[in-house]
Amino acid sequence: MANESLKAKMAEYTAKVEKAAAKNPERQNLAHNRLYTPLDIEGFDYERDLGFPGEYPFTRGVQPTMYRGRFWTMRMYAGFSTAEESNKRYRYLLESGGTGLSCAFDLPTQIGYDSDDAIAEGEIGKVGVAIDTLKDMEILFDQIDLGKVSTSMTINAPAAVLLAMYIAVAEKQGVPADKLNGTIQNDILKEYAARGTYIFPPKPSMRLITNIFEYCSKHVPQWNTISISGYHIREAGSTASQEIAFTIADGIAYVDAAIKAGLNVDDFAGRLSFFWNAHNNVLEEVAKFRASRRVWAKVMKERFGAQSPKSWMLRVHTQTAGSMLTAQQPDNNIVRVALQTAAAVMGGTQSLHTNSKDEALALPTEDSVRIALRTQQIVAYESGLADVVDPLGGSYYVEALTDKIEKECWDYIKKIDDLGGAVAAIEKGYIQKEIQESAYRWQMDVESKQRIIVGVNQFQIKEKTPEGLLRVDAAVGEFQKNKLAKVKAERDNAAVKAKLAALEEACKDESKNLMPVILDAVKVYASLGEICGVMRKVFGEYEAHVSL
Amino acid sequence: MEKRIRVLVAKPGLDGHDRGAKVVARALRDAGFEVIYTGLRQTPEQITEAALQEDVNVVAMSLLSGAHNTLFPKVVKMIRDKGMKDTLIIGGGVIPDADIPGLKDAGVSAVFTPGTPTGSIIDFIKTNVK
Repeated sequence: MANESLKAKMAEYTAKVEKAAAKNPERQNLAHNRLYTPLDIEGFDYERDLGFPGEYPFTRGVQPTMYRGRFWTMRMYAGFSTAEESNKRYRYLLESGGTGLSCAFDLPTQIGYDSDDAIAEGEIGKVGVAIDTLKDMEILFDQIDLGKVSTSMTINAPAAVLLAMYIAVAEKQGVPADKLNGTIQNDILKEYAARGTYIFPPKPSMRLITNIFEYCSKHVPQWNTISISGYHIREAGSTASQEIAFTIADGIAYVDAAIKAGLNVDDFAGRLSFFWNAHNNVLEEVAKFRASRRVWAKVMKERFGAQSPKSWMLRVHTQTAGSMLTAQQPDNNIVRVALQTAAAVMGGTQSLHTNSKDEALALPTEDSVRIALRTQQIVAYESGLADVVDPLGGSYYVEALTDKIEKECWDYIKKIDDLGGAVAAIEKGYIQKEIQESAYRWQMDVESKQRIIVGVNQFQIKEKTPEGLLRVDAAVGEFQKNKLAKVKAERDNAAVKAKLAALEEACKDESKNLMPVILDAVKVYASLGEICGVMRKVFGEYEAHVSL
Repeated sequence: MEKRIRVLVAKPGLDGHDRGAKVVARALRDAGFEVIYTGLRQTPEQITEAALQEDVNVVAMSLLSGAHNTLFPKVVKMIRDKGMKDTLIIGGGVIPDADIPGLKDAGVSAVFTPGTPTGSIIDFIKTNVK
């Protein structure tokens, strides 16, 4: 047996290096083995475990040629201040070679409040662009052809409203809904678990989501109706395995809900997309991407009986890890982002946002955004990493790690199934608790220097106060409030009242799809806050599970 | 027995990023403080009310949305207006250095930015709490 010989030689090697290590000890607390050999992937079956790119179980990627045909979409997440300002940034990004848009909304927008709401004070235009009515959306996409660009919108609880506004703007540009390309995040479960911009309780939230699946399968067929997101779970402190496990568990809950609502799995599953974090440990990240595709393919084929290969594919957008940026020596972040970009590309992402070096301090300036975009372009055009499909496939280490992460993922999915699924697990606080534990462990490892963060707990220097940070003009709030007041004065208020009343009735009738009714309301310039206000009245609001 | 220091960890504003708040809360608890965490999206009124109800010695606010210049001073003012003159009020989050002097002038005793070891927050509280 070849393996017997290899086992013997491995034992010899281990004995030898342990003896040497007694004199020159290895670093402590290394997460993985010293060396990986064929012994670590015993039972590995190429055709079963990897197969070919573009084929089940998609371990090697979802497209047959990956980046040899077309690079990933370089999609920079942007948005701040007003629609007027953000429109300028979007056009700048497209002119600089960005190949897709990604809209950041301010917090009042994400939580369904208008800019004139008292709770919005101090928050207007801060972390993204403020959208109150269709008017803002028209300005946001002014001179941008929605028939040509693909747009991702980070919007969750009010996703239906923003999607309706996007469809309405396109219609005004003469672009029919079935020609639109883009994504709404629309992932409420991770909002409860990790990101915090929830509005309604789980039941009506899941209804809104399945309403969108159904509506888009008929009218906006090229739209990605959800971006099931591990990114924020990871940012909140989870491990790599937890990131994909909790996210795939969320995915299972959405598919379950849609099937319960009477949809055929193959009618909507091909439009589900995912969102991963590209974190610091390059090879662990690559293995995570590969494992996640294999798990999802099995879930869809074996658990849900999906027939269409499109339904089995885990297509993913990626963002480099914001929480790994340091406020100390911010130029070092350029290097971190480059490594994270390499991981996402070797992992086979479909699109990527790269963070800017100054984001641990403020929103990024135009210059630092350009460096972040250039980082992607350098990896694409110069590094060679994009020239071969799944370049790390077959590495003993990466295959063993892919298997390990997959196993940990299945273990969590089993646990969550036992708790009654992702919704129940979140309501019980289980997922939040697991994430918090990991976050705390990370922080303690940093503080005890078991984990070194360059410039933070080692290699520090005395630094000057950083200069040239982007500041959102404090006058944005007033500007936005005035614009809203003007829209409210000029629109047909009787029509608004009628459409909002129709929405209220539809909310009360669970058999109704809310998308057409919301579309009617946005077209007469009913505001986001008014529409969400009606839904708040009927659906109530989510009470968070708070625990330490 | 010496009375334990009571800390309210509060999330004013609308942002949902509470990794930092929860890590700090847990570290303070492990350091022997009594810790109450408000949860997300607390208005200045709610934070003040919680500080009163829980009779805390310290209010530690965490905010990552950029609304700190509006909300931190508002919380300080409300807490002082309710007669809690000795309550130590501190803040943390993604806060540009340039904003810190203004926040201190408004009565925020210290502002802790990314990369701060939890030990420095614990030491600051122990040294400055009344």
